[in-house]
Amino acid sequence: MCLGVPGKVLAIEGLVATVDFFGVRKELRLDIVDEPVTVGDYVLNHVGYAIRRIPPGEVQETLALFEQILDVSGAREDLMAADVRGEIAAGQATATVRAKA
Amino acid sequence: MSRDLTLELKFRDPARARELAEAMQRNLDAIGREVSVMHVCGSHEQAIARFGLRAVLPRQLRLIMGPGCPVCVTDGPEVDEAVALARQGVHVCTYGDMLRLPGTSRSLADAQGDGGKVHVVYSVDQAVELARAHPADEVVFFASGFETTAVATAAVALTAVPENFSILSVHKYVPAAMDLVAESKESKIEGFVAAGHAAIITGWGIFEPFARKTGTPVVVAGFEPLDILAAIVKLTELIRDRKAEVFNAYPRCVTREGSQPAQQTLWKVFETRTGKWRGIAAVPGGNLDLRAGLAHLDARKRFRIDTVPVRDDEASGLERECLCGTIMMGLAMPHDCPLFGKACVPESPVGACMVSSEGTCRIWHTYGGAPDLRAVGAAST
Amino acid sequence: MEKVVQKIGLKHGSGGRAMRQLIEEVFLELASPVDGIGLGALDDGAALRVGDQWLVVTTDSHVVHPIFFPGGDIGRISVCGTVNDLAMMGATEPMALTCAVILEDGFLRADLERIRDSMKAAAAEAGAPFVTGDTKVVGKGECDGIFLNTTGVALTRRVVTDAGLRPGDLLIITGHVGDHGMAIMSKRHDLGLQGDLRSDVAPVNGLVRAALAAGGDDVVAMKDPTRGGVAGSLHEMAAKGKVGVIIEEQAVPVRDQVRAAADMLGIDPLLVANEGKAVIGVRAASAEKVLAALRAHPLGRHAAIFARAIDERPGSVILDTGLGKRLLAEPEGELLPRIC
Ligand code: SF4
Repeated sequence: MCLGVPGKVLAIEGLVATVDFFGVRKELRLDIVDEPVTVGDYVLNHVGYAIRRIPPGEVQETLALFEQILDVSGAREDLMAADVRGEIAAGQATATVRAKA
Repeated sequence: MSRDLTLELKFRDPARARELAEAMQRNLDAIGREVSVMHVCGSHEQAIARFGLRAVLPRQLRLIMGPGCPVCVTDGPEVDEAVALARQGVHVCTYGDMLRLPGTSRSLADAQGDGGKVHVVYSVDQAVELARAHPADEVVFFASGFETTAVATAAVALTAVPENFSILSVHKYVPAAMDLVAESKESKIEGFVAAGHAAIITGWGIFEPFARKTGTPVVVAGFEPLDILAAIVKLTELIRDRKAEVFNAYPRCVTREGSQPAQQTLWKVFETRTGKWRGIAAVPGGNLDLRAGLAHLDARKRFRIDTVPVRDDEASGLERECLCGTIMMGLAMPHDCPLFGKACVPESPVGACMVSSEGTCRIWHTYGGAPDLRAVGAAST
Repeated sequence: MEKVVQKIGLKHGSGGRAMRQLIEEVFLELASPVDGIGLGALDDGAALRVGDQWLVVTTDSHVVHPIFFPGGDIGRISVCGTVNDLAMMGATEPMALTCAVILEDGFLRADLERIRDSMKAAAAEAGAPFVTGDTKVVGKGECDGIFLNTTGVALTRRVVTDAGLRPGDLLIITGHVGDHGMAIMSKRHDLGLQGDLRSDVAPVNGLVRAALAAGGDDVVAMKDPTRGGVAGSLHEMAAKGKVGVIIEEQAVPVRDQVRAAADMLGIDPLLVANEGKAVIGVRAASAEKVLAALRAHPLGRHAAIFARAIDERPGSVILDTGLGKRLLAEPEGELLPRIC
């Protein structure tokens, strides 16, 4: 329902932050963000408002959670192997189109 | 590679996605029958569609799109109000999603074509700026969205806005819709994927009484492909183990308590009221209205909105036959509806399921059923 | 309730289903049989037999707003749009261009001269001479500043249509997708986006010439993905060629900043307009050759093979996201920023 995109805070002036979204910058309002925000933080943007400061460690935490979910649900393969396969798959996307022809 | 890997690409890893799909399959094998779960979030549906995730779900899993898009469930007569205001010469600002949403006879896009001053904005701030730039004109912000979006509207309502700015609120409140679905006796939904961005505001704790009361597990999910798949794995696991618990699978954004500043802002400005959701039902507590103390900002109090010239009562009558609510509960299919493809088509939708490009009726209408693309492209190599 | 009269809406001009329906229902009546490709084919232009060659004719009106935008202006678009339409039919040596302009009372002369200069520069890049024109001025409010129409003609020995795909053919996009539409959109809706969002508007006839030289008769279908974006082009090519088209999403070149802006606004870059790109269908055997020729050209450095034609699901476009597949709907109406 609500489009949210994460970006990195470059500067703050009062209740307005300049945020970088991978090469596009936009000013966001900080009126309703859940925690104090400082330069360098990641925030989630929704309709021009920062709605959440994403604490630095929590991205890793979510990834760890996926692994935990997989573990609980039963046997699973070696994660390293999966990682390597993922990277290969991403790198070869173009190659696949041609190979399939 | 300039995009931050940790923030995004890790959540789109196809190998991990396959593992999650396999885990889902194992859970379903253990359950041993078809299972229906519901997500109540338009952005989840967008992400599921955008990444083609339906093609990796086990066949025994029915993932149903609930009343989760605040645009689709905005009722025809509510749109009529905005169209009427535009007709009365008021500037109407709204989000892009709302422009083509039909009222009982016309959309704001039609009103624009008739010379109405309708503006698409990305943020409510742009509407306030417009009011500042045209002090002699009235500017109304037609405010749609769930609580996440309503908080932004509320934040603006609490600042010093110009005299000529007001708000026509059609904001909706998510938890009310989940109650409605879960409380229906015939509902076949055995678990809910809850909307992560709404939960940022309200906190996941809000679902605990719900899970207890209805005996249905709830998993809060983010919006990257792996977020959604992991949440469904967890949900099928809770169903398998018959645990009516709430699980937060989006901890990088959602906490138990939610955002205190946002909640305070929200409830200072809005209160819930029973509202009619398009093609579904009157949802108790489903609409967010401006509080009485903010009458000067409330377009409904500020103007005499005359919807008679833009209202089609016959069209509102059709809605009684719409099965959206039943479809969303997993009890009917679009072709069970007498209006499907006849009185109800994408150009003039009757119910919510025909409005959004991801709505169940819309997909069936466009593609002649739910397409199964698992094997497409493999044979012609 | 007041009676609702059928009216033309903005959706009828945005390159999607509504526009195609309008053209079919209203204008197809004007079509008459010709020796070659006429109005009835609804291609980028017409091709008429003249001796042992084809005379390709195309016309295009430009009403872009804002008229000046990062990377170009209405003048540059008016030249490139017409040159590119000719090129999409295989006619890469424009013989002549015409220019008709409608100006609003009060339009700044300096702006007009700026637009003229940019037309001149673009025409020189494309090697296309202007040969005649027309000027009209209308009252205030009767048009939005300036409307431009250009017509182009060119001779070619072989016509490439947009209907030539067969199962097994590969599709090449000549560079990054979505640059033009994103640049326009961020300006038009005052989104306050700062960053390098620039239109790609450019004449692609030189690039297409290189592709045709490398691929010869194996270049079987071409389309410029303007309004409606790459998705719109593929829908037309799939429908007219009676094939399915499957896109490998990860192979589609998109600039970081365009993807970021698109994500923020909830828009798929595949639906966003381009003004300096071509979608080229090639028989598989020649695909690598054509790709190499494109990449050797300054405008084609980021060209990529991104899709292929299949015999299943004729007329539809399927997107393989790497995680799963879905049908890519035909674009409808103007793209707008979304909240959900
Ligand atoms: S076809 Fe239309 S009226 Fe029928 S259930 Fe679907 S949305 Fe409702």
